[in-house]
Amino acid sequence: MFKPNRMLTAVAAGLATLSLSTTVAASDEPIKVGMMLPFSGVYGALGDATRNGLKMALQEKAPQLHGRKIEFIEIDTEARPERAPEISSSLLNNSKADFIIGPVHSGVAMGMLKVLRGKETVMIVPNAGAGPVTGPLCAPNVFRTSFSSWQPSYPMGEVALDNGYRKVVTMSWNYGMGKESLDAFEESFTAGGGEIVKKILVPFPKTEFQAYLSEIASINPDAVFVFFAGGGAVKFVKDYDALGLKGKIPLLGAGFLTEGTLEAQGSSAEGIMTTLHYADTLETAENLDFRKSYQAQFGKPSDIYAVQGYDTGLMIASAVNRMGGDVSDHASLIKTLENTTVESPRGAFTFSAAHNPVQNIYLRTVEGGVNKVLYVASPALSDPARGCKL
Amino acid sequence: MTTSLFLVQLINGLQYGLLLFLIASGLTLVFGVMGILNLAHGSMYMVGAYLAWYFVEHTGSFGLSAILSAAIALLIGILVERTLIRQLYRRNHLDQVLLTIGMIFVFNALQSLLWGNDPLGVAVPEPLSGAVPLTEVLEYPVYRIFVALLCVAIAALMYFMINKTRLGMLIRAGESNREMVECLGIDIRKLYTIVFAIGVMLAAVAGVAAAPMSSIVPGMGEHILITCFVVVVIGGMGSIKGALVAALLVGLVDTFASVLLPQLSSMMIYILMAFILLLKPQGLFSS
Repeated sequence: MFKPNRMLTAVAAGLATLSLSTTVAASDEPIKVGMMLPFSGVYGALGDATRNGLKMALQEKAPQLHGRKIEFIEIDTEARPERAPEISSSLLNNSKADFIIGPVHSGVAMGMLKVLRGKETVMIVPNAGAGPVTGPLCAPNVFRTSFSSWQPSYPMGEVALDNGYRKVVTMSWNYGMGKESLDAFEESFTAGGGEIVKKILVPFPKTEFQAYLSEIASINPDAVFVFFAGGGAVKFVKDYDALGLKGKIPLLGAGFLTEGTLEAQGSSAEGIMTTLHYADTLETAENLDFRKSYQAQFGKPSDIYAVQGYDTGLMIASAVNRMGGDVSDHASLIKTLENTTVESPRGAFTFSAAHNPVQNIYLRTVEGGVNKVLYVASPALSDPARGCKL
Repeated sequence: MTTSLFLVQLINGLQYGLLLFLIASGLTLVFGVMGILNLAHGSMYMVGAYLAWYFVEHTGSFGLSAILSAAIALLIGILVERTLIRQLYRRNHLDQVLLTIGMIFVFNALQSLLWGNDPLGVAVPEPLSGAVPLTEVLEYPVYRIFVALLCVAIAALMYFMINKTRLGMLIRAGESNREMVECLGIDIRKLYTIVFAIGVMLAAVAGVAAAPMSSIVPGMGEHILITCFVVVVIGGMGSIKGALVAALLVGLVDTFASVLLPQLSSMMIYILMAFILLLKPQGLFSS
């Protein structure tokens, strides 16, 4: 739902800062950052983490903003795609936001693109991995700081081959992100001589996996590759263990299988291998600092969504800094953003021509209840951006 | 499909069906006796699972948390019936739907406030954590067998209670003629409170039993509610026996459709429902 009270507070806070300043020159006006994130419902936790990360970065970088204040306009999308166009045009036309940040959910991303694609205002996607955002629907004003669904899964095909797996069963929910992930795995796995012996697509959001797992057991493949996230990932991993497949058939997955779910999965998750553009356990100075400050500021551990929000903030701050505080020229703002290197907790990354991160993908394994990094499965991996003409 | 895989899937289907019965039985009981369509029934399933998690975190004992959760569910049932459901007896189904949908929102908001939105999990209790080997790769967890047996025991208990006890006699009497029961000097309101509370408790117990083998997530109640309504409608609204037969049917159809007709599997149980309603518009065992 549209949260007028939340927006009013934000606007009021903005006005208060304005009235304190004595001049009304354009550069004294705050830079408006609109957020379209889910603050309630199933993805509520993801929206909160993204917002926290974003605000933290802009706060840390405040000295580099050439005196510009930031005004946040926060709108809850509730992860409902049908509301996305309306909220987007409100942020674009009524609030006159300089940046629109969102969303978490790929369906909402499609709704936002309907309105924002090709406009002057910059849209930055801090999570939604849908391929088309930086593929066939790419646009000069649309950036992504997270990943394309192709990126985390593609390197796993090679990892599987390296481990000697030749016959693999793939499985996910029957929806965009799931299918794109399985296709990306299949692409590199079959190119290297592997065979997908069965591909199982489960109706979303069904979590009765027993029948499928019984079938996988009877096929007895070399390994199983899956895409599941959130509650479905918890259930899948527990079922995989309970039915005795764990330890007999190796389980591989896109990293979301073990992100934010490890506590609930318990010992059932031990030994699962996944690929992702981040791991909490990365021992870089950036990541250690980030995790420490986040914990201190918000009283809970950070996660991948907080990192992605943080990187979005870093990206904005860096552009504002390099443009001397004036981001009103949209063409040069886009040029500046394109040439950003984000010093992210996940490792530094740049942007491809299609505006998607060119980033390391890490191979991780679950050990002692955390995702331990084994090695970089694919350094500076760029999404092929099929269908993008940028 | 090989014979052994067929047998394994048969067990999967039966086990899923029995759990569905446990959830659906409360729904159909409340509808049969009181004529109340309780859409918030799925929320009670969710509440049961969250309570189980909460108490396991704090007491460390699954058995104790099961008892505490069931007791709290019983209290919630009594409270909700006394304050809210009571207003609905003389009203039509639309008013009932409105109120109970509202209750879904309230329970969801409470869940989000109290326990957050992250997925949670409960470990299988230690004495039941073993597994029985079925094939070379596949094992069957003891806990799931235990839950299936528990469902059978509860079904038997309900059969005994409804057919052999005084309370069951009153329930059956209330089902067929509310006024006559009142004329005989029986406090039907007290009876309704008891029945509603038992219905809530059955859903919560199902939630507790399911907690160690599923993920505890926001919205888990709504998802299961739809399947439960399919069970109740196929079995005949208000019939416990119908719910048992229908739940097993739905469990088996869903399991085998998943493997044999993957493209159609998401709609197979609805096709089954439509087919049965064509032959028996009131469901299999309507009274």
